[in-house]
Amino acid sequence: MSESIVVENASKRFTMQYTKTIKQMTIAALRRQPLSDSFLAVDDVSFTVEQGESIGLMGLNGSGKSTLLKLISGVMRPDAGSVLTRGRIAGLIAAGAGFHPQLTGRENLFLNAAILGMSEAETKRKYDQMVDFADVGKFLGTPVGHYSSGMAARLGFAVAAFADSDIFLADEVLAVGDRPFKRKCMRRMEEIKKEGRTLFYVSHAPGSVRKMCDRALVLVNGRLGFDGPVEEGLRFLQYDDSETDSDDDLGADI
Amino acid sequence: MVDPSRVPDVPLTAPGDSGGLHNVFRQRYLLRLLVRKELKARYQGSVLGLLWSYVQPAVRFLAYFLVIGVVLGQQRGVENFAIHIFSAMVMVHYFTETFSSGTRSIVRNKNILQKMSLPREMFPVASMLVSAYHTFPQIVILLVGVVLTGWSPTPYDVAAGLLGFTIIAVFGMALALVFSAANVFFRDFQNIVQTFSIFVMWSVPMIYSYERIENLAGGTVWEQVYLANPIANGVMLFQQLFWVPTVPEGSDLPPVMPDDLMTRGLVVLAVCLVLLALAQVVFTRLEAKFAERL
Ligand SMILES: Nc1ncnc2c1ncn2[C@@H]1O[C@H](COP(=O)(O)OP(=O)(O)OP(=O)(O)O)[C@@H](O)[C@H]1O
Ligand SMILES: [Mg+2]
Repeated sequence: MSESIVVENASKRFTMQYTKTIKQMTIAALRRQPLSDSFLAVDDVSFTVEQGESIGLMGLNGSGKSTLLKLISGVMRPDAGSVLTRGRIAGLIAAGAGFHPQLTGRENLFLNAAILGMSEAETKRKYDQMVDFADVGKFLGTPVGHYSSGMAARLGFAVAAFADSDIFLADEVLAVGDRPFKRKCMRRMEEIKKEGRTLFYVSHAPGSVRKMCDRALVLVNGRLGFDGPVEEGLRFLQYDDSETDSDDDLGADI
Repeated sequence: MVDPSRVPDVPLTAPGDSGGLHNVFRQRYLLRLLVRKELKARYQGSVLGLLWSYVQPAVRFLAYFLVIGVVLGQQRGVENFAIHIFSAMVMVHYFTETFSSGTRSIVRNKNILQKMSLPREMFPVASMLVSAYHTFPQIVILLVGVVLTGWSPTPYDVAAGLLGFTIIAVFGMALALVFSAANVFFRDFQNIVQTFSIFVMWSVPMIYSYERIENLAGGTVWEQVYLANPIANGVMLFQQLFWVPTVPEGSDLPPVMPDDLMTRGLVVLAVCLVLLALAQVVFTRLEAKFAERL
């Protein structure tokens, strides 16, 4: 009775559409070109996560990590199988929050918090913490469309990290932040972990997964290739060989 | 290892199961933020801002009134023609705004929909509320106009006006739901809607009176076809509130309305509510694929 995320035989099929308007479709049909093609981005994946576990989700580019996170957050629905979660979910998917470029940072903060289920009073209570964390200074009053990608990521992470949630999803949070911000994110995620929230962390950086997670999942072309201890997961992915230049120097890690 | 006090006291659920339209109105704070966002986005970078929502209808009104009323002489056939035309225009405008901005609403907010989970009906509903917000000042202008002309509505007229407004809102919402979802898959739909919107004003008694239709097709099946249009019903009910009570007793040109306007309006509203429920079913079917198609 303490499962936080239960995924059973979940699959997600994507259609690669070649055409977008009726005109293009007609032309493609006349030329007997295929209108679409499909593939499984998440293929028959099953696992169970207990409340408070921290999971490192790894895999090569395009292996379906962000897609799996979208299934868990409810942005997408599985075409087969089921995904069940318990409690409120917050987090970042594919390095960014759902910001509206025309709105200012402050307005986006309130909107985002409301979407995460926070009331106006709750948001006001957490406002200072979020703003301090994001640390975008005077740009809080300018449209997010003019933010640098790092600034947008900071604000997005700040809102998600201070919203009340039972499950925290973090996809490539460290990808665009600078070094001080990465440190801050790692510290915040450790706090989140200590608070007993379920953490789902996507990263290509072995060091941070080692540090944050007690269990690793590895996706291989949409299938769950590995589910177990972090070290073995890294070995499975061959991310652990030390003769290659260390990721810490590549800046993907801290 | 699991801290039992940290396990939320709720059952496992499928994430992102929004629960449809009625859930939208439960999350009123979020809805209010979205409406404010829409209002801001619509007038971004414009100096006159909200004033534009007065300028456009005013110019349109003047054009129709001068060309059709004065030049083509419709004015002579309809008492208080200016009010006849303007009251209809307010409703037509409300409908086309709800329909066309609602249709674009999902695609326009793809940044949010691709990343976050919320009842997706929020966006067309917010569009409908924004359109209503723009309609309000026009109704105020209309009120000033009818009071100056001499206006004594009965409670029946007030009920008719409210019913008309509701019909337009519900019908516009139903269409906006279906088309906003369809527009995700084929962006052609927003152009189809634009084209259709041009046609709407000709299908209601705005620049001609209902009397014309009755003279032309009274008692035939064509009259019934005309009256089956929810927008025409909404417009006439609205005119029952604003235009009919301005026509003085014993005028040479008594206002002509369908006999059973109110009963018909109630039936039309019931049909529109059924359409809204069907629209919700269609929307729920299609929304499962929004995030990947946007
Ligand atoms: N909306 C979509 N329509 C069609 N295909 C998609 C869509 N979104 C993702 N894909 C495809 O699904 C596959 C998995 O994508 P996903 O973003 O989940 O990969 P990822 O594991 O997060 O990769 P990365 O490490 O680069 O972030 C990719 O081949 C991608 O091209
Ligand atoms: Mg990804």
